[in-house]
Amino acid sequence: MSAAWYLARGTGVVSLLLLTIVVALGIATRSGRPAFGLPRFAVTAVHRNASLMSVLFLAIHIGTLLIDPYAHLKVVDVVLPFVGSYRPLWQGLGTLALDLIVALVVTSLLRHRLELRGWRAVHWLAYAAWPVALLHALGTGTDAGQLWLRGTAVVCTAAVLAAIGWRLSGSFPRLSTVDGRR
Amino acid sequence: MTTLVDSRERLFTAGPDLGSHLRRHGPLPWQGGPHRLIAAVEAAGLTGRGGAGFPTWRKLNAVAAGEKPVVIANGAEGEPASAKDRTLLHRAPHLVLDGLQLAAECVGATRAYVYVPAGPAADAVRHALAQRRAARVDRIGVDVVVAADRFVAGEASAVVSAVEGRAPVPRDKVRRIAESGVRGRPTLVQNVETLAHLALIARHGPAWFRSRGTAEEPGTFLATVSGAVAAPGVYELSYGVPVDEALARAGGPTVPLQALLLGGYHGAWLPAQAGAAPLSRAGLRPWGASPGAGILVALPADRCGLVESARIATYLGAQTAGQCGPCVNGLPRLADTLHRLAQGPVHPGLPAEVARLSALVDGRGACKHPDGTVRFIRSSMAAFAPEIGIHLAGNCSYRRGSR
Amino acid sequence: MSRLHIDWTACEGRGACAELLPELLYRDEWGYPLSREREPQIPAPLEGHARRAVRDCPRLALRLVDS
Repeated sequence: MSAAWYLARGTGVVSLLLLTIVVALGIATRSGRPAFGLPRFAVTAVHRNASLMSVLFLAIHIGTLLIDPYAHLKVVDVVLPFVGSYRPLWQGLGTLALDLIVALVVTSLLRHRLELRGWRAVHWLAYAAWPVALLHALGTGTDAGQLWLRGTAVVCTAAVLAAIGWRLSGSFPRLSTVDGRR
Repeated sequence: MTTLVDSRERLFTAGPDLGSHLRRHGPLPWQGGPHRLIAAVEAAGLTGRGGAGFPTWRKLNAVAAGEKPVVIANGAEGEPASAKDRTLLHRAPHLVLDGLQLAAECVGATRAYVYVPAGPAADAVRHALAQRRAARVDRIGVDVVVAADRFVAGEASAVVSAVEGRAPVPRDKVRRIAESGVRGRPTLVQNVETLAHLALIARHGPAWFRSRGTAEEPGTFLATVSGAVAAPGVYELSYGVPVDEALARAGGPTVPLQALLLGGYHGAWLPAQAGAAPLSRAGLRPWGASPGAGILVALPADRCGLVESARIATYLGAQTAGQCGPCVNGLPRLADTLHRLAQGPVHPGLPAEVARLSALVDGRGACKHPDGTVRFIRSSMAAFAPEIGIHLAGNCSYRRGSR
Repeated sequence: MSRLHIDWTACEGRGACAELLPELLYRDEWGYPLSREREPQIPAPLEGHARRAVRDCPRLALRLVDS
């Protein structure tokens, strides 16, 4: 197996881990609550930096797959899902995840130009991007059956489920405002 | 509500129908192009009659400078102690609508709106517009937009939102409404009474307008006098007449008075002995009061001013738009504190708590509702200070039985 | 010099701004930002922090305006 292949797998997994951190943090600290003893601005910074790093690793992941002859990845496959020649469904999920993540990141970088409602509507796609990325990881890679990959998937899922559980639990801090608007 | 018709009248000299209006006032004096009326309005010294008293010519100037402006006649009158706008729209809608056309011509608007609550006033406006359409009086199309019956519905940015079809709540002031209002277009929001005066200035000129009132505050205004007077109603007065004259026009006090609320629920109290004070901004400034939108409420001497103030504060606290945290949270807390001061249980820290909450809420909202409420409450605390001491001692000068 | 403008219709008292500009902003008893003046002036050394506060507000309720 070529070095590109190892690099592609590695960066893909790291990207997924970072995405998991971003999503779990976003769920658990919705709209800027503090967490783990970190002040709000630190949580925001981690959320933003982890998502940008995730995109960086994602870019390397895609780049190496494009130059790796064994991956059979064409440029069109990067933008259009499900048209690839190698495991079109699972690889297509990766493309779909990329499309969603690009939408998330671009709208977030331009957050101040968009209205809050527009940004928030797109940001809901995060709930789609993460499971799609996870399924892609489980279905596409040749490590699909490997223990370490399955273990990683379990850890990621556990983190997101824990965040959701925290959100739905009674101890999730409500805001102290009186009104019920928005 | 009764009104007197005599030679001191300017606004109510004709009936509400178009024929009577034209016979009395003559045809709409079109100026022949934009901007032309501004000089006359400036010379006349016309200021807004919606409460803020902003020079009308400056507003016209600002809006006329923009592209595709919009004009709105604001008849929302969310203030419970005021009845002048709906009275004017009911009795002299054509003066208001003339003013709207002239203002639209002046700023170059192609769209005009009348913003009015549902009821007799809205019906009168629609009827008047129908008459004008049949007689082809208007050149600029006018739409009626129904105003919600809420205190803040008449706030200028709330008016703009309502005309856009959105919730009638104030907006954050990114840019002035004169620059960017309805759908981003320069917008003139003018009280209906201001437009009525405008229609008369266009006919009779600035010198005629200035023949009443004072040099700094010329012209007449509509006052709503209510409370302990024999004939509560809407009366047209000149700026600068003593407060006592306004009371006399309304039939005089029915009982000895304790104080007068001037300017409405966002206004201030004037002690009853100050009846000689002129009804003008300059005349009332030494008393910390202002005519506002011409509202006078007479408080009888046998009623507890604190109870009355707490009632008004409670109303104001319930009339927030529900958008801004300090206002939504603070005003009801202020009202509760004032209520405790008025009706018990008291404790010596209550006045300080009122002062603390007032300072906390003042100026921290998208509109002037918290500011006006704080102004009213501070005035109440000052006007009824002796009674506060009595209440803190567990008594009330006005209670018949024991506590 | 810039001033910090708060859009009160958007603000929900989350408190991120008060963390980044503790020299200028406190939080009142309901969590909303409180400052000594209505639209606090931003002194030059705090410009960067103010811009960050504007960027990080989860409700996009802050703006820097020229005074």
